Amino acid sequence: MSIRINVLDHVMVPDHQAMSEEEVQALLARYSITFDQLPKVFHDDPGVRQVNGKVGDVVRIIRQSHTAGIAEAYRLVVRRPKK
Amino acid sequence: MPSPKRIGKIKFGLLSPKEIRTMSVRKIIWADTYDDDGFPYPQGLMDLALGVIDPGLRCKTCDQKAADCPGHFGHIELAKPVIHVGYTRLIRKLLRVTCRACGRLLLSPDEIKKVSITAEDELGGDVLTEKDIKKERSCPHCGEQQLKVNFEKPTTFSEVLLEDGKKNEHKLTPADIRARLERIPDSDLKLLGINPDVARPEWTILTVLPVPPVTMRPSIILENGQRSEDDLTHKLVDIIRINQRFKENQDAGAPQLIIEDLWELLQYHVTTYLDNEVAGCPPARHRSGRPLKTLSQRLKGKDGRFRGSLSGKRVNFSARTVISPNPNLSVTEVGIPLSIAIEMTVPVRVTAYNLEEMREFVLRGPERKSLKVPCGANYVIRPDNRRLRLGGDNLETIAEQIEPGYTVERQLRDGDIVLFNRQPSLHRMSIMAHRIKVMDGKTFRLNPAVCPPYNADFDGDEMNLHVPQTEEARAEAAILVAVQENILSPRFGGPIIGGIHDHISGIFMLTHDLRWFTKSEILYLLKYFEFEHLPEPGKVEEDGTPMWSNKQVFSMILPDGLNMVFRASSCINCDECKYTDCERDAFVRVIDGQLETGTIDKKSIGAFDGAILNRIIRQCGMDRASQFIDDMTRLSIRGIMIDGFSFGIDDEDLSKTEYGQIEDELSKAKDDVDRRIRIFQEGQLEPMPGRTPEETLEMQIMQVLGKARDRTGEIAGRHLGLGNSAVLMAVSGARGSMLNLTQMAGCIGQQSVRGERIMRGYEERTLPHYKRGDRGADAHGFILHSYKSGLSPTEFFFHAIGGREGLVDTAVRTSQSGYLQRRLINALQDLKVAYDGTVRTTMGRIIQFKYGEDGTDPMKGSFGDPVDVKGLVESVLKEEV
Repeated sequence: MSIRINVLDHVMVPDHQAMSEEEVQALLARYSITFDQLPKVFHDDPGVRQVNGKVGDVVRIIRQSHTAGIAEAYRLVVRRPKK
Repeated sequence: MPSPKRIGKIKFGLLSPKEIRTMSVRKIIWADTYDDDGFPYPQGLMDLALGVIDPGLRCKTCDQKAADCPGHFGHIELAKPVIHVGYTRLIRKLLRVTCRACGRLLLSPDEIKKVSITAEDELGGDVLTEKDIKKERSCPHCGEQQLKVNFEKPTTFSEVLLEDGKKNEHKLTPADIRARLERIPDSDLKLLGINPDVARPEWTILTVLPVPPVTMRPSIILENGQRSEDDLTHKLVDIIRINQRFKENQDAGAPQLIIEDLWELLQYHVTTYLDNEVAGCPPARHRSGRPLKTLSQRLKGKDGRFRGSLSGKRVNFSARTVISPNPNLSVTEVGIPLSIAIEMTVPVRVTAYNLEEMREFVLRGPERKSLKVPCGANYVIRPDNRRLRLGGDNLETIAEQIEPGYTVERQLRDGDIVLFNRQPSLHRMSIMAHRIKVMDGKTFRLNPAVCPPYNADFDGDEMNLHVPQTEEARAEAAILVAVQENILSPRFGGPIIGGIHDHISGIFMLTHDLRWFTKSEILYLLKYFEFEHLPEPGKVEEDGTPMWSNKQVFSMILPDGLNMVFRASSCINCDECKYTDCERDAFVRVIDGQLETGTIDKKSIGAFDGAILNRIIRQCGMDRASQFIDDMTRLSIRGIMIDGFSFGIDDEDLSKTEYGQIEDELSKAKDDVDRRIRIFQEGQLEPMPGRTPEETLEMQIMQVLGKARDRTGEIAGRHLGLGNSAVLMAVSGARGSMLNLTQMAGCIGQQSVRGERIMRGYEERTLPHYKRGDRGADAHGFILHSYKSGLSPTEFFFHAIGGREGLVDTAVRTSQSGYLQRRLINALQDLKVAYDGTVRTTMGRIIQFKYGEDGTDPMKGSFGDPVDVKGLVESVLKEEV
């Protein structure tokens, strides 16, 4: 039952990394934005769970890009609302 | 104009009966509208206190005239409460989550903590749903056994009683429901996401109905003097009538059955008044049988208030007519009929410097007899904003009057900038700015080279034209929207404007192989091209006449210093390229603005390809490129006229030997198919991996027949050379393909539905002309004739089947992609790329951290890549890399 697979190992899942407090501050300063202007990701997203992201954390997602080769995106972890 | 104000906040809630009565200026009790004298009844639906629509009368509430009175609400006191259809789902939810006796939430305080509620602030956050409450339980507060609440569309609620194993439905009247909703305490409502200060749940049951002002349901007077009332008024009349009858019956103590019937009728009328398209409720109809357009219908859908009136823009200063081609116009121009140029105007402010010119405009007035007459003016606007219409006898007096500070509305003249548009406006090139050329005739004229961005043709297409009215608008049009700024498509970073059809055939015929022209011929070709010197002649005949080559002629219109090496559309990708010695002359080499070898065709100058055009844009800029398009289109039209170009049915003729070969080929294929069918029937067919023997056979047959058709094409192609117009068009990329030619001269081939041979029809056969179970080529839609030779009746039928599929596909695709596009545009319309390269919403939320992840503009790149490295290197080395 408890065969936990690491979703990040799958070829189609981009790399997720939890960001430290300082990194997040640097990120917000770089784009001169506030927390809620970041793109969002739900707390129960499999990729986020894999890197132990908690609500309020920021996750760095590094993906292969057709145009840029490697592209980084940052997402703020938020609670998934009830339907 | 009052200064705009910032909206602090918006509150959404329900109208309470109290609020309805406060905002009402009149209680309405009579169903009648006007008396015999045409005067509104007091306390009728058109009461003068509700606002006035007839000119001359004054509103009894605000004492203003029809134009100024905004209208005022009235109200109807309903005999009994009725349900508001718009809130039935909310009512259902509330009935199911609260106690039928005490009105409290069916959850104990502990359970409430468990299921909800992380609401960070008072509003927003998660909300209780029906699913949080377990079915069929008793109230944790008063212990009352709960009953199941059934809801039946549109407005019927009932409780299910279980009496000795039998289900017994008991209807809930709106009054019962209202009483239950009233019992729900405010504290419980907050958990359900309802703010009780603005929306008590019992307000979803109407006890009093607001009557909208007359101004939003004006009656119109028909030609015969009869009044025709608005649909809303009709519906209100119904409501008042039933309400009145209901009251009378109630007071007279009518039996319960009659009361219930009337109550239901009142409910029906109020329901259809609010929404006439509710499921499970027959729509209320006009006497003519047309369904009434009631409140919800006014707002909903494409022609509703939101999509139709508020976001739909209608404009002045626009014109629309049929379009037709004119290759002598520049691509940046548009020809407009004189009649339109006279009607449309541009405001010009009078200054000390243009005073005399303006006087002349005014003196000429609105009339303009012919193209040669300079433009006049239609209106003069005085500094106090009074408009004076010019015409007749007032021209001289007004011309005397004008002085700096006046504005003259001048008619259009050559060189004015206008926006030109063709629907559907799917991309930004659907609206471009052109310069006007006033012309005879009644159509808009445009250069055929700008057809691709508009997706226009001349089979009756109409286009719209808009005249910018301010300097800012004109500047924006000239700098951003002008045709020459939109040659490159932001979709793929290549030119979208370029030669089409005859431009490509013409330039191909002109530049193919080597040809020599005398001086008079070359001057004929370059008649519309401005130049100072002819180049040195390429050769001199023995008798001393100087001759110029066709490549020299084309080089004349190329900018200096252009270096390019590429293969034309006519290149067939031989295994070993012979480069400049190509016998098809498909290796294009341009050195220092001189075409050395190669044929110019679609690849070089066509819309969507345009390699040469693309290079000119990058190297010399947009204006030079649009100049090149003009020169190229004119040169190619002249080029095609040297020999002339036409296509007729005898261009599909082949010789006897070819017809024999085609017949052999097809009968061989037929035999092959029959042989394979025999193998299959004997069970000898080896199925391909993952397929049944039937599928394998089908695939083999399709393959054999496809090959046979292609071979007939080859036979036909061998006979028809570049002297054939269809071949020339196919090779140069102007129009059509070799497949089209195959089907015209050789064999049409297999007709298919969903990629398979035609299988549908009768039992085990497609048509009664064939035996059951016939798997042969002709029984399943193989057409061995050509369009030229004509089809047999069965072939014709199969062809219609295949053709129909294509039509259905296009119809479905356009509607689907249209809706898809609408949704995409709604989602993306306000996004912009900020200065730091991020894509953001108007609120500064980041959508993408770098536009396109690499921050490059696809329009500045080259067909998807940021930099055209190969092209740059080749242009420096002057040879292929």
